[in-house]
Amino acid sequence: MNDRVKWLLVAGLSVVALGATAVLGLVAWQQSRLRLEARSAVAITAPTEWASGDRVVFRNTAFGDGYGLVASVPLGDPTGPRAVTEVACDRVDAVDDEFSCLRTERGVVPSYSASLYANDGTVVLTWPLPGIPSRTRISDDGARIATTSFVSGHSYATIGFSTETVIHDDAGDDLGDFEEWTLIVDGTASAPIDRNFWGVTFVDDTTFYATVGMTGSGRTYLVHGDIPTRTLTTVAEGVECPSLSPDRTRIAFKRVTAGSGPTAYWTPAIMDLATGEVRTLTESRSVDDQIEWLDDSTILYGMPREDQSGDTDVWSLRTDGSGVPEVFIEHAWSPSVVRP
Amino acid sequence: MYISFSNSPAPEAESEVGDPPRRNRGARTVSSTVVTLGIVSLLTDVSSESVAAILPLYITGVLGLSTIAFGFIDGLYQGVSAVVRIVGGYASDRYDMPKWVAFVGYALAAVARVGLLFASGFAAITAVIAVDRIGKGIRTAPRDALITAASEPEILGTSFGVHRTLDNIGAAIGPLIAFFILLAIPDGFHTVFVASLAFALIGVLILGLVVPNVRTRAAHDEAVTDAAAPAASRVRKKFDWAAVTTGPMRRVLAAAGLLGLLTIGDGFVYLVLQSRSDFAAQWFPLLYVGTNLAFLALAIPLGRLSDRVGRARVFVFGHASLLAAYVIAATPIADVASIILCLALLGGFYASTDGVLAALASQLTSPETRGTGIAAAQTVVALTRFLAATGFGVLWYLVGPETSMLIVAGLLAVAIPAVALLLHPYLSVTRPLAVASDSDALPAEVGEP
Repeated sequence: MNDRVKWLLVAGLSVVALGATAVLGLVAWQQSRLRLEARSAVAITAPTEWASGDRVVFRNTAFGDGYGLVASVPLGDPTGPRAVTEVACDRVDAVDDEFSCLRTERGVVPSYSASLYANDGTVVLTWPLPGIPSRTRISDDGARIATTSFVSGHSYATIGFSTETVIHDDAGDDLGDFEEWTLIVDGTASAPIDRNFWGVTFVDDTTFYATVGMTGSGRTYLVHGDIPTRTLTTVAEGVECPSLSPDRTRIAFKRVTAGSGPTAYWTPAIMDLATGEVRTLTESRSVDDQIEWLDDSTILYGMPREDQSGDTDVWSLRTDGSGVPEVFIEHAWSPSVVRP
Repeated sequence: MYISFSNSPAPEAESEVGDPPRRNRGARTVSSTVVTLGIVSLLTDVSSESVAAILPLYITGVLGLSTIAFGFIDGLYQGVSAVVRIVGGYASDRYDMPKWVAFVGYALAAVARVGLLFASGFAAITAVIAVDRIGKGIRTAPRDALITAASEPEILGTSFGVHRTLDNIGAAIGPLIAFFILLAIPDGFHTVFVASLAFALIGVLILGLVVPNVRTRAAHDEAVTDAAAPAASRVRKKFDWAAVTTGPMRRVLAAAGLLGLLTIGDGFVYLVLQSRSDFAAQWFPLLYVGTNLAFLALAIPLGRLSDRVGRARVFVFGHASLLAAYVIAATPIADVASIILCLALLGGFYASTDGVLAALASQLTSPETRGTGIAAAQTVVALTRFLAATGFGVLWYLVGPETSMLIVAGLLAVAIPAVALLLHPYLSVTRPLAVASDSDALPAEVGEP
């Protein structure tokens, strides 16, 4: 076989390989377009009154018109038609008059951002994130916005950091990366180099709870954060991604019940802040979400659908150990309960 | 970015593809085999970088894995290939079949792509990535040995420059292709995987069909035949580790190791820039692309420079570029120009060290030990950089980002002249040394007038 024949063979087989890719890509494109341009899989309404009354604000994941946009349903009718806004978010957390939104800005060069939106869809503040959005929480009066994002990994940019958690105030100033704050582990100041922070839940505008995790040992702690002194103090071990109950007495969190590190299996659990007592709830699936409280006796969390990537449901579960998980809102993600 | 290879004929237009390098109107041209290897690397990099770019989104978004898992996969990416590399280099020397050892490495990458199509869940993804990185580890040193064997010694630096440029073009367009697919098909991860497989297969195909199985020893054996014919056949069987642990290579490994210990990883530089500049924060996930572009733009000029003034010289003083990048990162200036300059300097550092080190290791080893020599140098660099990144992490939290960066810059300012002194005998050497097995004695041609 001479070289001309070899190169012709290479060219021919390349055309076959790339042609097959193009055909598969076209089919995938067509399917995806049909899915996204179709009428929404659920009943939707115009967003005129979307931000009034007791409601659940969430990311709509029903395929078709409105996929990926912020939506709301009345608390009294969570399975009813949803009001869908024009704002796209990966994670959302709302208070009465505004909401925090983390987003992957799609593009040939994707970027990641956090924004504070007024309910009418105007952007109040926006700032870039260093990687894929993970968690966000906004304090009750909207004065503090916490964001957790992954720090984009690339083979050139790695080693020892994988999440970044920052609190911004409503003037747009950040209060510093948590890794620059004082960390007190079991009573002593400590700064393990492999520490990571994630999952803030606000008590008020000056205090909050969050998670610190040590990549090396795999340990996680619930930390109590104090904004004026820039101090984080460990409260309990093995409490990850906390969420404070509306009555401020308990923490809902994901508890590692099997495996560890990369193979962790998480089950929702409740910790009583006064006694430290922990109750693991009845949920057989692994839950990887920051839990939201529906009321003082019910929690909400998102679960990916096994049969359809990109779609999720919000589930509810009673915290007294009675009952089983139930679908609360179909095709929804990142729920946020707002009671004006 | 378009790079013109005006001095190297396109493989399609070449009638004697794979022939030994020729001279063209007096100008030495880069061998078509080198360009073909560059194209193989380009395609393979398109394949691997397109997946690497979207893997974080896929792992967190589709597989629903969280932070710690993601960090773990990332770490795995780094560790695996350094260790396997030396095995690839040794096998290439031992069996004198660099092409087919490299082929195994490239083929493994393609196999990993097939695995990706069916992988779901953490364990499967981990296995696939491990296979991919093992492939990368295996193929690097034999491929660089092939480049050496196919190149005229006088333009070895340029040859590596051409190869690294093509390689980095692949690394730059891979993510673009992947993100373009995701832009058109929001959940099109599988389409990216299929495209990645297609590029990997074409790369393997070109390597298998077109690249000649250049035996690294052939030229050498012929050369010895005249004088000592029996010696040639003996050489083929015997493999001597001492060739890479004594003489010039020992110094090169020490130099590369010392400088590697002060190479802290771009990630830290990007983090410092990001904390200070809104521009860098906005573009943080893409800063490495800026470095890549500078790398590919400068690889050929710096390779050519290394042919003229000596590979060791360019390798050592290329670290001054890294030093300058550290200083800029530590200086409290936040304008866009300084960020871009910093990325350009990082790219310049890679352009003056990556291919150039392979060229240096090649010229200081004999054909029998070339693969091992290249692999040893690259492994030393990878391992010492890993240590540097880990150690720098500690420093970072003890004294803060800017100060720790200045400390490393200061150490580098001392290390560069020290290493220059250590490599002094080889600084200006641009031709292969005749390496004797007991070669602590310096070859005659060393020593500048």
